Parts: sequence; C-alpha cells; structure tokens
Amino acid sequence: MSESVPIVAPPALEARGVSVTFSGRGSRGLARAVDGVDLALEAGQIVALVGESGCGKTTLARTLMGLERPSSGEVLAGGVALSYASRDLTAFRKRVQLVLQDPTGALNPRHSVYEAVAEGLRIHKYSGDERAKVADALGRAGLRPPERFFLRYPHELSGGQRQRVVIAGALVLDPDVIVADEPVSSLDASVRGEILALLLRLRDELGLSLLVVTHDLGLAWNIADRVAVMYLGRIVEEGPTEEVLSAPQHPYTQALLSVVPEIAGMKEIVLAGEPPDPTRIPAGCRFHPRCPVVASGEAARLGIEQACRTQPLPVLPLGGGHAAACHAVGSG
Amino acid sequence: MTAIDDATANPLDGEHPTPRAIARARRRVSRRAFVRAFARNRSGMIGLGVLVAFALLALFAPLLFPAAMLDVTKAEGMPYQPPSWAFPLGTDVSGRSVLALVVWGARVSLLVGLAATVLSMTIGTTFGIVSGHYRGVLGGVLDRLTDWFLVIPFLPLAIVLATVLGASLLNIVIVIGVTSWPATARLIRAQTLSVEGRPYLERSKALGAGNLHQMARHVLPNVMPLVLANTTLAVSISILSETTLSFLGLGDPSSVSWGTILEGAFQSGAVSQGAWWYIGPPGLCVVLVVLAFNLMGRSIEEILDPRADNN
Amino acid sequence: MALLEFDDVSVTYRSHGTDVPAVRGVSLAVQAGESLGIAGESGCGKSTLVGTVLRLLPKSAKVGGRVLLEGEDVNEMTWGRVRAVRWAEASVVFQGAMHALNPVQRVGDQIAEPIVLHSPGTSDKAAKKRVSELLEQVGLPADRADSYPHQLSGGQKQRIMIAMALACSPKLLIADEPTTALDVMVQAQVLDLLTSLVRELNLGLVFISHDLSVLATTCDRVAVMYAGQIVEEGPASQVFDVPRHPYAAALAGAFPRVGDPRFRYAPAGLPGDPPFPGELPGGCDFHPRCPVSIERCATDVPPLLTVGDHRVACLRADERLNLLALTSEGEVGV
Repeated sequence: MSESVPIVAPPALEARGVSVTFSGRGSRGLARAVDGVDLALEAGQIVALVGESGCGKTTLARTLMGLERPSSGEVLAGGVALSYASRDLTAFRKRVQLVLQDPTGALNPRHSVYEAVAEGLRIHKYSGDERAKVADALGRAGLRPPERFFLRYPHELSGGQRQRVVIAGALVLDPDVIVADEPVSSLDASVRGEILALLLRLRDELGLSLLVVTHDLGLAWNIADRVAVMYLGRIVEEGPTEEVLSAPQHPYTQALLSVVPEIAGMKEIVLAGEPPDPTRIPAGCRFHPRCPVVASGEAARLGIEQACRTQPLPVLPLGGGHAAACHAVGSG
Repeated sequence: MTAIDDATANPLDGEHPTPRAIARARRRVSRRAFVRAFARNRSGMIGLGVLVAFALLALFAPLLFPAAMLDVTKAEGMPYQPPSWAFPLGTDVSGRSVLALVVWGARVSLLVGLAATVLSMTIGTTFGIVSGHYRGVLGGVLDRLTDWFLVIPFLPLAIVLATVLGASLLNIVIVIGVTSWPATARLIRAQTLSVEGRPYLERSKALGAGNLHQMARHVLPNVMPLVLANTTLAVSISILSETTLSFLGLGDPSSVSWGTILEGAFQSGAVSQGAWWYIGPPGLCVVLVVLAFNLMGRSIEEILDPRADNN
Repeated sequence: MALLEFDDVSVTYRSHGTDVPAVRGVSLAVQAGESLGIAGESGCGKSTLVGTVLRLLPKSAKVGGRVLLEGEDVNEMTWGRVRAVRWAEASVVFQGAMHALNPVQRVGDQIAEPIVLHSPGTSDKAAKKRVSELLEQVGLPADRADSYPHQLSGGQKQRIMIAMALACSPKLLIADEPTTALDVMVQAQVLDLLTSLVRELNLGLVFISHDLSVLATTCDRVAVMYAGQIVEEGPASQVFDVPRHPYAAALAGAFPRVGDPRFRYAPAGLPGDPPFPGELPGGCDFHPRCPVSIERCATDVPPLLTVGDHRVACLRADERLNLLALTSEGEVGV
C-alpha cells in the first residue's frame, strides 16, 4: 500500500538514530534502553512495535511522544525535528496522543468521564463548544449515547468502557498520531476485538496513524501494516506484517513466532533464560548468546560465528522493504 | 448498579448546559452523596454533634454569660466555692464562675486552634505538593527545608518565638502554624510521590498539561482525603498546643482560654486546695474536642475514598 | 476413581443482603496424569470454582453439591483433615502469585515453609535437600534458594511458586492464570515445565486461563465457563479448532492465529461485557452478546448436552454452525 504511492509527504512520526540511556542504579553503569533506532510511521499507517519486557519498546514509544528526551538522535514530527521548548512541546501534544495500557490507572478516579475527556481541551484552551466536542469524541470511541456517560466515574465502568474513555480523551484533540501502549492487554478476551476494531476504524475513517506497542504478535497480525521487532534496545527485524510474521528472517523473530500458542505447524524454539538487562549488552550481535543459530553450530557452518560474536550489526535503515539485522541473512 | 444509576441520573437531560453547569451538577450530586454517607456514619455524627455543641456554646457565650462575669473586679462568688446551683462548676480563685470561664474559653481555644491549623495546613500542603512534584534542585531544597523545621523540637521553638513575638492571639496562631507544618508537608510529599507515579499523571503530561495544571487538577484532589484527615488531627494538635503554651504562661494574658484557666488554677494552688472543679473542666473540654475532631476525621477519610462504597 | 470431581457444584456469595450465584451447577472430573483447562473471563466463576477444592473461600460463600478429592467430599472433611490435605494432596499456584512472595525472606525458606508445616520433625538439612530437589525440578539452579524475591525475574519467580506448590508432593496442582503476566518466551518455558511435570510426576493439573490458545496447547481437555456455568467442554484441540458454542468461538477468535489471512484487519470480539454474577439476563445467559442468537434464546435455558466426549450448552448446537468463520466475516458458514 504505502510502497506503490511515491512518498512525498514526510512521515507523521519518525525516530532517527535515537538512543536513550539511563544511568543505572548504583554501580551497574549505564543502561542503554534504546540503543540506536530508526523508525518511521507514515500517515494513515499502523505500525506494531513488538518485543518482550525490557526490550525498550515502551521507552522508545515515550521518546517518540516527547515524554523522554533522547540521549542522541532526534525525533521528527511531520518532517520537522521536535523542539523541547515548552510551547512547541504543547503544540506537538495536540498532534500526537497517548493511550496507555491500564485504563483503570490512566483515569483519575476523582474525575468524571466528562472531565477526563475535556481535560485535553482545557489544557489547550479550546475556544469552541466544549460539550459538543466531548460528546463527539465519546461517540467516535463507541460510547453512545455520550450524554449518559458524562457524569459516570471510572469505577462505575467496565474495563472496555474505560479504555474507550481513554481513547476518547486522545481523540478529542484531533491528533494525527496515536501511540498505544498495550491497548488491550488488561482487557477481557472477548472485549479486545471491539477495541482493536475501533482502532482500525479510526485509521480508516479519520486517517490516523497508529503506533501500537505490544508483546502480542496476534495483535500485530490483526491490525498492523508493518511490524518492527525489538530486542535489547534495537530493532532486529522490520517490514510489512505479512512478510515478517509469515516468513521471519531473524532467529529471534522466528523463536517468538514459534512459541505463540496460536501458531500450528512451526517447530517450537524455546529460548533458554531471559534477555540480559540493558546495562550488559553483549558484544557483537546482541542476540548471539541466546541465538539458536549459534548454539546449534549452524553459524559456524555458515562461517559467520566469529562475526556474530564480535561484529555489531548496523541500525536497520528506513525503507519500504523487509530487513533483518542478522549476519545469517544474506544480503540483509 | 441501579443505585448508582440513580445517583448519577443525569440532571442535564433535555438541556444544553455549559460545562460549568455540568461541573456544578456533578458537585451537587457528590455533595449530596457525601452528606448522606456521613449521616450514616455513627462515630462521625457523634463527633460532629459534640463539635456543634461546643461551637454553639462558644458562639452564644456573650448571651449566656455576660462579659462582665469575666471581670475579676466584679466577681460575684466567694473564691474556691465547690459546684452549687448558683455556680454549676464552682468558682475560681477570684470568685468568678468557672462555667462562664470555660464557655468563654471555648471561643479562644477553638478559634486559635482552627486558625493555626489553616495556616499550618496551607503551608504544609503547598510545600508537600511542590517538593513532591518538582524533583531536582527545587524539590531538593524544599525537602531539606522541611527536614530542618521538622527536626527542631516544638516546645523550645514555640517558647522562643512566643517570647520574641510577644504574647497576643495572632502571635500564638503564627507560632503554632509555623512549628507544625513540617509533619504535614512530609506526609503530603509522600502521598504526592505516590500519586506522581500513577498513569493518569503521565496521561495528563501527554495531553500537554503544565506543572500547575498537573498539581492542581490531579495531585491536589487525590491528596485531599489525606489533607482533610490530617487537618482534623492537626486541629487537635493545635488546640493542645495552644493550651500548652497558655498553660506555660506564654499565652495572651488578657484573653480567656482553657489553657489560661488551667494556668490560673495551677498558679493559685488549686491542686492543694482540692478544687477539682477548677482544674477538671477545662482539661475535659480539651479532651472532648480533640476526640470529636478525630472521630470526624476518620469518618471523612473513609467516605472520601471514591471506591469505598463499591467494595 | 477420579482424582478430582466436581459434582453439580454451586457457590453462592452472600453480599449486602443478597445472594450472588458465582458458580451454578458445574460438573467436571480430572484424572491423575490428566490436565484440564478452564477457560473464561472475569466474573465467570472459574477462580471461585477451584477455591472450593481446598475450602479457600470466605465464610460468606455457600457451597452446594459435592467436591470430591480422591473420592472424599471436601465439605464433609474435618478441619484437621482439610489442613492435612491442603498442599499435601492438592496445591494452588495463585494468580499474581509472583507478588505473593515475602520480600524480606529468602525464597529457599519460603519454599521450605509448607514442608516444615506438614512434617514438623523435618531437620534443616532434610528441608534444604528437598528445596534443592524442587528447584532442580523447576529448572532453576540450587543456589537460587539463597536469593531474595527482588533479585529474581518474573519467570524465575513463577518457577519458585511452582516449586512451592510441589513442596509436599501433591497429587493435584491447580494453576490460576500462571502465565498471564509473563512474556511469550517465558510463558513458553513455564508451560513446557508444567507439561513435563504432569508427565513425570503423574500429576493432575487444573489450568485456568482466559487464553484459549494456551489451554489448547497445554491441556488434554478444556471446559469453557460463562456466568458461572459450563457452556462447552471437550478435548482441548477440538474446542479450540471447532468450537460448538459461540462464546467458545469468541474466545478462540480473540487470540487470532498468526498467519491466517482471515484474521488480517479483522479483529473478532463481542459487544457488551461479561455479565456480573448477580445480573443475568433471562433465558440463555449469553444471548445478549451472541452473534447467532434466535428468539428462543431469550426465553429458553439451554441444557448442557453430551455428544460423544463433548458437551455443549447451546440451543443451536445441533446445527453445526461454522462459528469461527462467523467471527471474521460476519456470515454463518456451514
């Protein structure tokens, strides 16, 4: 879809060479939560940022939202570098909105639904009819009739309804981009589909771009145009969803897919142990200590084992295609 | 769920109200719910009853006991008279009715207690929220300042301040307010830190909220239950502090408070005289008022938790 | 004789003067060496149901029917017998168990606790030896016994909880959402562990989850619960691949098969929310949310009918609807 149209418009949201480093606690040294990432979100596109806990996907998402400052590299919105001066940041906030994981925590228990949704309008000193705008946002998020929900409090709503309120609060500012961090992971199974369908509808009807951060590959398969797989602060594979999830090139992606219970017909590759923490990123390819290709001797046979252990891989470049950061992948 | 539907039955149906009207309607609804919940709480109502009784006594003091009764030169009774029909609580060393003294004393004790509390809570809450919200240099400085004031022992500081500022009601209020805010600030700061970590603060930031908005719209309302509960405790402490200071002779000698009555009693040797009616009542009043405030405070704290009746 | 048997079990909570039926007439059985999955969402009663096995429910809960542990009715047991049974014959890995670890105690001591409680004469050395055995069984190095909980990762903590559950060599293990909070890879490790333990120790396993796909790969049989009742029960892969009840189909569809083009841009979900235990619609509990409901569903209560080794409670079960095709296309195939 996005490949057939000549890309004239700049991406809605972009990260160029972004690194985010935290000083570790005590003597543990620097934690490179995000260690060099190039990522682009085109207008009207849905990108799923996939990985396990600790891979840096939430940090990357927060950096793209301007809630964290990158230690190096830059974040661009609509082709323009993000300025962290408070006025520019406030203007940026109108265009890029956040939907958090836990809808219960994301809503102030003392604010009614109306106030929760109207908060954005009040912060940005909206001069039009506030009530109409709030009703409109609630309606678009699927809470109808909106007036019935105005005076409700979060604890009176179900999990799915709360998440819709959070989404309405994000929509009320007419953003171009929504960043959703695990939007359905704390919701009941039978309710997830509705919320995902809502997100798809928002993209189709309003042209919103969506960056969905999740550990759930099934969710990516359901709604994402492109998938980026993160491991220990880097994107290790990126491309159109069909290609990455049907024919993964990186051993990590292959392992992740193989253990997803919904997949049949793929031999299960259960990786041992857990990802090391970001203060101790392995030399060479950061995945090599757990990589089944190295462990099985395949890497030695291909003659790349030395490279796996010592040669770090470059940051994946932006482009329309499918790329993986792995020495075993022929021409990359 | 049906009860909740009732309570939030939309009073705005069929109109096109402004957001302000909506907010007002919501406040009306929540006030009604709060009053209903409070009325059901027995210990809270008892506390409220006691306080209302004392407040009425204090308010109508001039009507019940003409101010002249406090004048030492116009004392009607004999000194140290035990309770009788004419003087239900007996008389003091100068022959004044102890009952009149106690009722008039309520005015000063309650007033000073409340005023000092307002001062202390305002300073303490502001310091607590600001030092909890702003990390970095500002937060650090405020935190150290709070620690510094916290460590200074109350009584010596109060004595020094009272001596320096002089003895007047306003100065007593200032002394108590300035010495008791750090405990509140510490408490509020801890609560602020816990609220700061909650996702809705992050959401607010993501919406573009500035610091003032975050502190006023999110932190303060969520800290309020603690503030209110702490206020009632603080009033008790303020009243006790005022009583203590007056008892030690640092109070305003020209005004009558429970502390000054006690001071007078001890100074004039009421203990050796066995004049229990002179020493007992003022102390008892302090105890009752402090207890009443505590009962109310606990009830308010229980009720204000928005999830309390959804168990 | 079945290791665990629920015989027409009902649980009613008394709350604010009203009776709330959390579980209504559930009958299930688990044999030694068999794993049974119970699928359902919040409010369906699955946690309450397994709470009856060790009499862990609060006083306000009234249990009807029989809960038979190796033929013995748990509700008829004396208090002393219940305490002996707890952990030694059946144990539980609770939901969010990772957070149930005492942060100021070494994990080795916490694992040893039930051992010492059940056999008071156990020497320290014997207890330590047993703890090492258990850690090995769950795939952790023995020196982990000296760690504190905060030094362990989520997956490691979950393994500790499983070790704790195995401490007194029970015959039945109940796992309540053991992998819900874990990453996919760690979840795979824990599921592998549970499957091998069931095989090696001939345990009976009751596995509760809202993720039907996890149950399909780990369990022999699956029972789907909705509003306190079983709506479908049968061999795990059958229930997942060819569900007969529309709710089971919805659960199966909620975790889409990666690689299946039918699920591209077609998230499948149900309108509305799972019902509160006290507020049930008339007729079939599921009909307000059901994509294939007919008029009869609002008035008639579907009975749980047995077809071979499969049970379904749906008025339209015999029509053999292709429910999975429905969820992604909105049309009913055959």
